[in-house]
Amino acid sequence: MSPTLHSGRPAVCAHDLAAGYGDRPVWSGATFDIERGSFVAVLGPNGSGKSTLLRQLLGLLTPLAGRLEVLGEPPRRGNPSIGYVPQARTLDPQIAFRGIDLVRLGLDGHRFGFRAPWQPRARQDQALRQAVEAVGAASYANRKLGAMSGGERQRLLLAQALVGEPELLLLDEPLASLDVANQAAMVELISTVAAERRLTVLLVAHDLNPLRTVIDLVCYVANGRIAFGPPDQVVTSAVLSDLYGAPVEVLVDSRGRRFVVGIEEETAHPHQPSPGTRP
Amino acid sequence: MTAAAGGATFSWNLWSDLSQMLSYQFMRNAFLSAAIVSVVAGVVGYNVVLRRTAFAAHALSHVGFAGAAGAVVLGINPVWGLLAFCLGGALVMGSLGQHLRDRDTVIGIVLAFMLGLGVLFISLYNGFSTEAYSILFGEILGISPSDLVVTAAVGAVAVVSMAAMYRPLLFASVDEEVAVARRVPARLLSIAFLLTLALAVAVAVQVVGVLLIFALLVTPAAVAERLTVRPGSAMAVAVGLALACSWLGLAIGYYFAYPVSFFITSLAFLAYALARLATGQGIGGRRRRLTVES
Repeated sequence: MSPTLHSGRPAVCAHDLAAGYGDRPVWSGATFDIERGSFVAVLGPNGSGKSTLLRQLLGLLTPLAGRLEVLGEPPRRGNPSIGYVPQARTLDPQIAFRGIDLVRLGLDGHRFGFRAPWQPRARQDQALRQAVEAVGAASYANRKLGAMSGGERQRLLLAQALVGEPELLLLDEPLASLDVANQAAMVELISTVAAERRLTVLLVAHDLNPLRTVIDLVCYVANGRIAFGPPDQVVTSAVLSDLYGAPVEVLVDSRGRRFVVGIEEETAHPHQPSPGTRP
Repeated sequence: MTAAAGGATFSWNLWSDLSQMLSYQFMRNAFLSAAIVSVVAGVVGYNVVLRRTAFAAHALSHVGFAGAAGAVVLGINPVWGLLAFCLGGALVMGSLGQHLRDRDTVIGIVLAFMLGLGVLFISLYNGFSTEAYSILFGEILGISPSDLVVTAAVGAVAVVSMAAMYRPLLFASVDEEVAVARRVPARLLSIAFLLTLALAVAVAVQVVGVLLIFALLVTPAAVAERLTVRPGSAMAVAVGLALACSWLGLAIGYYFAYPVSFFITSLAFLAYALARLATGQGIGGRRRRLTVES
């Protein structure tokens, strides 16, 4: 996972970047580089603008100010080098649709027309099989999404993001609504897949601790600003107090877990609904 | 509404029964238009069920009712009124936006207004009861050769447009956020789909009428969704089922003096009930859709 293994331009370059809806900034003044192959946890309270960062990288939202480069070019919608897994709640869990067909959409769902039965399918089938096997979903990929557990669905969504062989993986709260055991398994899986495929990963999460053994960097979004760096340098009392502009204490336990105390989430950061996301 | 071939009796000699049935021009037209409508309804209906836009389909048929009744007042073929109003209604619904919270309310309000408008048009026209009856409940035995040409042309446009947007529409229906990130024009597709749905409704109204449209547009697709989860097979099953219900309904209606629409809707209902029993969910009601915590 060492960032220096990978040559070329950084996966993400942000310079004095500001994001927001209309002319109201959600956060601003963000400057950071993410080297290729890094595993980044995007942390911060609800509504602080974590998903907003992903939406900018996906080219769905134009920066309010500053410069942003993704894989050496300006962000553009539909960039095939980016794999994206949105928050799981946007998928109707009762839908009568197979897991494998969901993964297939990641391969050719954006193309118009339909795949005729006489078109060659060997290459497509191989890509599908590889993606499904990479996430360990081979045994249930043919079942209906509605008949799967939350963890199984999450794995298939990951397979869908991987099937197009992206270089950058954006995961929006993949650990939400998973139990502790499943969270650990999911983190392990993402980290293994990322290492094998030399992916750069940005993973939005609420809690640093399930991720602390696998991540290289933390992107902490709070109070309209972003702090960026290695976890033991960002998730500290000094940096977070400065970020929040209020006294925040970070406690480190004997196993290296970090706990942020002293912040009343909702009062400090009233939730800002973003257009285009479902309530 | 009932087969006018008075005195037709079923002989158990299926071949001679069939050739007798098909010796009538109106029966040939009926079978042909039922076939076209079944193909359109099956293909479009699968997406109606997947996108959960059954209410939009319902509303469009009522908008079509006003259009058809208006056309009758003006003395033109009702199918043109149907098409114009359904397409207009689809554009309005599409412009409301997919996730607008009160979209169903707006659709319901417009639906009620359109029904009222239809009633006015019907009363303006003297021979109102038969016309109203055939628009509301279908008049498959009254399909003229020129109706058939219109149905075939409209049906072809609907099927070609469904084929053209097949994959991105599926993507946007199942997984809209990723689809949008992958540059799928979800908003445009939603409008394009509603327009195609409008075409399907316009042709299906001729067969089963405004009030019974679900029998062809929703029921076969809902059965198919229970029997198979592959999108392609589900569409094929929906088409086959719609075809079986409408042709069988027609054939039964040829021998009994009851409305063909009744037989078609009953067969569709029977198929749905059997599919429910066969997939082990009984009549008690499917579990409510899970609301995942936010």
